[in-house]
Amino acid sequence: MSKTKNILIVGVGGQGTLLASKILGQVALLSDLDVKQSEVHGMAQRGGSVITYVRLGEKISSPLIEKKEADIIIAFEKLEGIRWLDYLKEDGTIIINDQEIYPMPVIIGAADYPENIFEKLEKSSNKTIKVNGHELAKGLGETRALNVILLAVAAKLLPFEKEVWEKALVDMVPKKALEINQKAFELGWNL
Amino acid sequence: MNIIKKELLSGNEAIARGAYEGGLKAAAAYPGTPSTEILENISKYQEVYVEWSPNEKVAAEVAIGASFAGARALTSMKHVGVNVAADPLFSFAYTGVNGGFVLISADDPGCHSSQNEQDNRYYAKFMKIILVEPSDSQEAKDFTKNAFDMSEQFDMPVMVRTTTRISHSKGMVTLEDRKEIPLKPYKQNVQKYVVMPAQARRLRVTLEERLEKAGEFSEIFPGNKIEGNGKEFAIITSGVGANYAREALGDRATYLKLGMTFPLPKKMVTEFIEKHKTVYVIEEGEPFLEEQIKALGLNVIGKELFPNMGELTATMIREILLNEPAKKNQDLFRAEDTPIRPPVLCPGCPHRGVYRVIRRIKNATDAIVTGDIGCYTLGVLAPLNALETCICMGASVSAAIGFKQMMPDRKVIATIGDSTFLHSGVTGLMDAVYNKAAITLIILDNSITGMTGHQQNPSTGFTIRNEPTYKVDLEQMVRACGVQHVFKAKAYDFKGVEAAIEKAIGINDVTVVITEQPCVLIEKKKEIVTCQINSENCQDCQVCLRLGCPAISKQGDGTIAIDQTMCNGCSLCIQVCNFDAIERVGGTNE
Repeated sequence: MSKTKNILIVGVGGQGTLLASKILGQVALLSDLDVKQSEVHGMAQRGGSVITYVRLGEKISSPLIEKKEADIIIAFEKLEGIRWLDYLKEDGTIIINDQEIYPMPVIIGAADYPENIFEKLEKSSNKTIKVNGHELAKGLGETRALNVILLAVAAKLLPFEKEVWEKALVDMVPKKALEINQKAFELGWNL
Repeated sequence: MNIIKKELLSGNEAIARGAYEGGLKAAAAYPGTPSTEILENISKYQEVYVEWSPNEKVAAEVAIGASFAGARALTSMKHVGVNVAADPLFSFAYTGVNGGFVLISADDPGCHSSQNEQDNRYYAKFMKIILVEPSDSQEAKDFTKNAFDMSEQFDMPVMVRTTTRISHSKGMVTLEDRKEIPLKPYKQNVQKYVVMPAQARRLRVTLEERLEKAGEFSEIFPGNKIEGNGKEFAIITSGVGANYAREALGDRATYLKLGMTFPLPKKMVTEFIEKHKTVYVIEEGEPFLEEQIKALGLNVIGKELFPNMGELTATMIREILLNEPAKKNQDLFRAEDTPIRPPVLCPGCPHRGVYRVIRRIKNATDAIVTGDIGCYTLGVLAPLNALETCICMGASVSAAIGFKQMMPDRKVIATIGDSTFLHSGVTGLMDAVYNKAAITLIILDNSITGMTGHQQNPSTGFTIRNEPTYKVDLEQMVRACGVQHVFKAKAYDFKGVEAAIEKAIGINDVTVVITEQPCVLIEKKKEIVTCQINSENCQDCQVCLRLGCPAISKQGDGTIAIDQTMCNGCSLCIQVCNFDAIERVGGTNE
C-alpha cells in the first residue's frame, strides 16, 4: 500500500464504533503496515458524539486525521456523519447509516434535527454510500452487528484481500459473537 | 530463538506493559481520564500488588511506602490528580527512593474530559524530579521501563508525562519479557526517610547534586536525538507535538526530538541551536521547553507563533510555517443547523430523578446547589439545570460551607457521588459539622466510580481485581463525623427522594441525604422491563420529555415514543406523567 489511508469512524456513544476500529487495526497488523488509531474516552461515552481516527500506511506520524484528510468516513448516525463532513477529502467516500438518534437539544425542543441529509449529500463532490444498517442488523437478529456491516462496506474500498478481513474478525471478535459477525461481514461485503 | 512479538497498544496499555517488563511490584491509583486504563491493565499482571486508592494522595503515598520497602513502584493519575498528590511528592523528591518510583501524569490538553488543561511538566521542574515525555505507544513502553532504572540510578522519582492523544492512541509496540527484580534491602535510615527540618536542609543539598547528575545523563538519554536532515526548518520538539511536526514538515526539517525534558540536555540543545540559523520550538501546551532554552540565553521561536491553549495540530503548523491557506469547510450543512450532541445521563440513570427533585426544590426555595466531579456533573445541563458550581473533587461540600457562612439566610445544598465523597468530600463534611454550617449534603450513591468507566472504590465491597472486601458504610461514616440528621431514599422513588430532601433542608443543622441505586450500566437484570407510551391517554403535555431521558423523544408524526432498546424501565417517566399515559411492559422489575 503506497499511500496512507485515513478512516474516520463517527457515531453516538454506545453504538459499537470501537470494535470496528479494532478490526481495522488488526487488518493493518496482519498486513505488516504501520497503524495509529485514536479515540476520545470519558464524557463522550455518555451518549455524546464519539469519533475514532484510524490511519494505515508505511509510516504514520500523527494519530489524528485533520480537516479534508479522510479517505473514508464511516458514520453510524446521520447527524454525526454531517458533523464531521469537513474532515472528508473532496473525492472521499462517506458511508452513512440511515439512522437518526436525537441529541438532547432536539429531544427538549431547543433545536431541529437537520432535514434532507441524503439529498444534500448527493449534491456534493463526495461519494455517498447509504446503508440501511439498523434494519439489516435487525434482519440478522442482532442490532449490535451494525458495526461490522458498516465496516464490511468500507472494507470493499480498501486494498486488502477478503481473507485478511476474515482473519482479523476471528482475531478480534469474542468467540460467542463470531458467527453472527461473520454473517454481518458477508452481508455488508455483498451490498 | 527470540520471536519478536508486536501488538497494537494504546499509550496507557503500553505504560502498563513497560512497567510490568521493568519489574514493577506495586501500583496504586485513583481513576481519572485519560489515565484510568493504566492501572486497569496493570491489574492483569498477577505479579504486581495493585490497588484503587481513595484518592491520588493516598495512591502516591502507598507507592512511596512500597518504594521505601525496596519495590519498584508506580502511581498513575490524571493531571489534576497530581494537585492532590503534590504534597507527598514534593518531599519524596528530597528523600529519594529505594525501589525505583514512577509517577504517571496523564494531561488533557483541550479539556476533553477535565476541568482545566494545566501542563504538568512544570510540576517536574517544581518538584525537581526527572521528566520524560513519550510521543507514541512504543516510547510510552520504553520510557516507563527505563524510568525505573533512572529512578534508582539518580535516587529520585521519575515523572512520565502523557497527554490524551498519547494515552488513548494505539500504535505498534514490540513486547519484551519481564525482568524479575527482587526487593532491594530496606534498612531503617532516618537520615534519608525522615524529612525533619535539619535533615530536610541536608537532603535539599543532595537533591541539587542528584539533579545535576540527572542533567548529565539527559545528554546521553537515547530518547533525546536528532532526526532527519531537512534543510528548510530546524525544530526542537517533544511529546505529541513531535508527531504533528513530522506530519506537517516531513523531510523538509531537522528535528531535535526530546524524550527527557527535565533536566534539559543543555549541551545538546545549545549545539543544535548554534548549528542552525532559526530554530522553532514546537510543543503542545505551555512554553516549557522554550522558557528553559531561553533561560540558557539562546534564541528560539515558539509561542509567539504557536498557541499555548488547546491541542496542537499538523494543520496549524502548516498554516504557520508553510503559509498554507486554511482549509475551507464544506458548504452543504451550516454549523448552526447541526445541533450539538452533549453528553447526557444514560437512560435509567439514577441521578436523573434526584436532580429533577433538586431543581424543583431549588426553584421553590431559592436554594444554592453546588456540584462536584462525576457523571452527575451533567446535572448542570438542560433540561435538569440543577447545579451552579463545579470546581474540583470534593469542592461541592466545602464550597457549600463558604456559601452558607456568607449567606446564612439561603438554603445551601451540596451534591456529590459516593466515590468523590470518599476521595475528599468527607473532610468538608467534618468541617461543616465542626464549624456549624447548616448545609444539606446529598450523596448520590450509585455504588461505583461511574464517569471513568466503572471502577471499584471503598464503598463498593470489591477490590480492583473484583475480590470481595470490607466496605465503608456511608451512613455510619456520616454519623461518625457528627451529623445528627441522616436520611436515606431510593433514587428511583421520586416521592421518597423529595420527602427526604424537603425534610433535610427544613432542619437548621448539617443534614445528609443518601440516595441509593446502583449505576444502570452495572446492574444485571433478570427480566427486561421497559416503559411504553399509551397514546390514547397521552395529552402531549411533554412533561416526560423534560426529564431529559435520551430514550424518550418526539417522533416525526408528532407523537411521543420511548425507544424500547434504550429504556431500562426505571419508571421515572411513569411517576411524572399526570395522565397515566405511560405503562410498564415485561416482567416485574426486581
